[in-house]
Amino acid sequence: MSEETAKVLDQEPLYADAEALPTAQNRVKAFIKKFSKRKAALVSLVFLVALIVVAVISPYIVPYDPAAPDYSHMLEGPTAQHILGTDEFGRDVLSRVMVGARLSLFCALSAVVVGTFLGTVLGLLAGYYGGILESLIMRGSDVLFAFPDILLAIAIVAIIGPGTVNVIIAVAVFTVPSFARIMRSATIQVKGSLYVEVARSLGCPDRRILWTHIFPGTIQSMIVNFTMRIGTAILAAASLSFLGYGADVTVPEWGSMLSTARNYMTTAPHLVYVPGVLIFLTVLAFNLLGDGLRDTLDPKLK
Amino acid sequence: MSQPIVSVNHAVKTFVVNKGLGGKKYVHAVNDVSFDIMPGETFSLVGESGCGKSTTGRLINHLIVPDSGEVYYNGQDISKLSEKQMRPLRAEIQMIFQDPYGSLNPRIKIQDQIGEPLLLHTDMDPAARLKRVHELLRLVGLGPSHGERYPHEFSGGQLQRVGIARAISVNPKIIIADEPVSALDVSIQAQVLNLMKKLQEQMNLTYLFISHDLSVVEMISDRIAVMYLGSIVEIADKRDLYAMPVHPYTQALLSAVPIPDPTVHKERILLEGDIPSPVNPPSGCLFHTRCAHCTELCKQQVPPMKDFGGGHQVKCHYAEKFSGKSAEKTL
Repeated sequence: MSEETAKVLDQEPLYADAEALPTAQNRVKAFIKKFSKRKAALVSLVFLVALIVVAVISPYIVPYDPAAPDYSHMLEGPTAQHILGTDEFGRDVLSRVMVGARLSLFCALSAVVVGTFLGTVLGLLAGYYGGILESLIMRGSDVLFAFPDILLAIAIVAIIGPGTVNVIIAVAVFTVPSFARIMRSATIQVKGSLYVEVARSLGCPDRRILWTHIFPGTIQSMIVNFTMRIGTAILAAASLSFLGYGADVTVPEWGSMLSTARNYMTTAPHLVYVPGVLIFLTVLAFNLLGDGLRDTLDPKLK
Repeated sequence: MSQPIVSVNHAVKTFVVNKGLGGKKYVHAVNDVSFDIMPGETFSLVGESGCGKSTTGRLINHLIVPDSGEVYYNGQDISKLSEKQMRPLRAEIQMIFQDPYGSLNPRIKIQDQIGEPLLLHTDMDPAARLKRVHELLRLVGLGPSHGERYPHEFSGGQLQRVGIARAISVNPKIIIADEPVSALDVSIQAQVLNLMKKLQEQMNLTYLFISHDLSVVEMISDRIAVMYLGSIVEIADKRDLYAMPVHPYTQALLSAVPIPDPTVHKERILLEGDIPSPVNPPSGCLFHTRCAHCTELCKQQVPPMKDFGGGHQVKCHYAEKFSGKSAEKTL
């Protein structure tokens, strides 16, 4: 039909070419512009980026060795020397929370990444194929749902033993079912849309329909849930450390700091406040970031 | 006469609804439908909402398969094919949908969506695909730079053009157009219909045109089938049908078409009552509950399809009386 096409090509297009082309760069700009209107999410993002930077470079910038005891300055409140005070061995609290951020964030992030990956794949498969596969996956996650989150994590750590990797596994396992469920419902919703039927009528194989047409439609729910689950995961990892199931007790971690600080709550309350407030702020920041991303990522809200 | 490109033979499709206490209930969406579509023609299915037009279209496209009966494409029975066996054939049977917004993925660039059939059914490299997509965009009256955009940046008429560009990208033999202009306003409807006609001439396309709009159908069709409650009541050439409708339902339907001339007064045939539920279709002739000429025979016996020659078929016990002709044969 190339001849006919050539004939038609001579005609004027009915609609003039789009003048200002939205290039990929413009799109990123538009996203940044829109996202920066959401102040809470923006502040959260700045806070989290700062936190992650501090966590990464903490060994080089801490004012004191976080493990070095100083028995002449035990359980002191904030002073000029120790801005956030010292703990029961005279160790600098600021240095300890800075280094502690590494383990806390690392555990939570890697656990949620693993959990998100597994949960997303399972949820997509369950939602798309349905049938026995769906029943198996969803009943399986119902079983995991039946346990309270933290109890499940404790049970898993109790079985496989304490340690950083095991905490990650435990938190990942209880992240999977909620993701599987959310992704399944998102998948079913997108699967029912007309453009998926169109894809089928064009002759798309299942795998292409699932990954090219359905998966991008579910990313939004995934990202939102991802950021929210990080908050939960930080809490869970901290709780496990608090309960003594965490990693090596000599490595500072927010949860374990909170746990030991509990004994000095009346005499040195700053020991509780510092890691407690940090956990609270971090979880809050991830949740606000999730909210902001959800609102920004919806293409129909432009 | 040449061989039909699509032939539907006594197709039946029911859907299960309401698995409640009363047991399963079935919607009789398509009830014993047969017709042939010849290469190069525009065959229209008309009828009111819920009469099974779209279901019939989806049967031909293998998006659903009939419970019984067959669908032939170029002589091959495609109703029994698996999804995988059907896939290569899908290049030749494309579809245009009613909802231009819904039929395009909001997260994928227009050019990638138009190029998707090319990706699936040809072994063109990306550069060749893009070139072809630009050609197609021009062909449907858009510009190449529109391809960089996303669906929400277009109007409904533009998106329907995109849908058409996608449908013709792999040079299909037949396009099933499911209410392609119903979501558009009238001036845009004419543009899109003209585009479809132009493409039909250039590419020698066959259309199955599904619509409830009789003026649109009159403009584009060669032959028309009128559906009521999941079955075809009359098939005829466009001229025959508009000049001499035989089935009482067709007569009523055509009498409702407005004539843009205030001096013309015409008798409107008003149908009594509502369309019966397809869950409990009436016995005998499906139309008997609303037909002014209903007799005992109509209530008890399903009328046969009668052929009056020249492709004019009517499903009515009294078709001879209404047409003043005698049936050549009974199908």
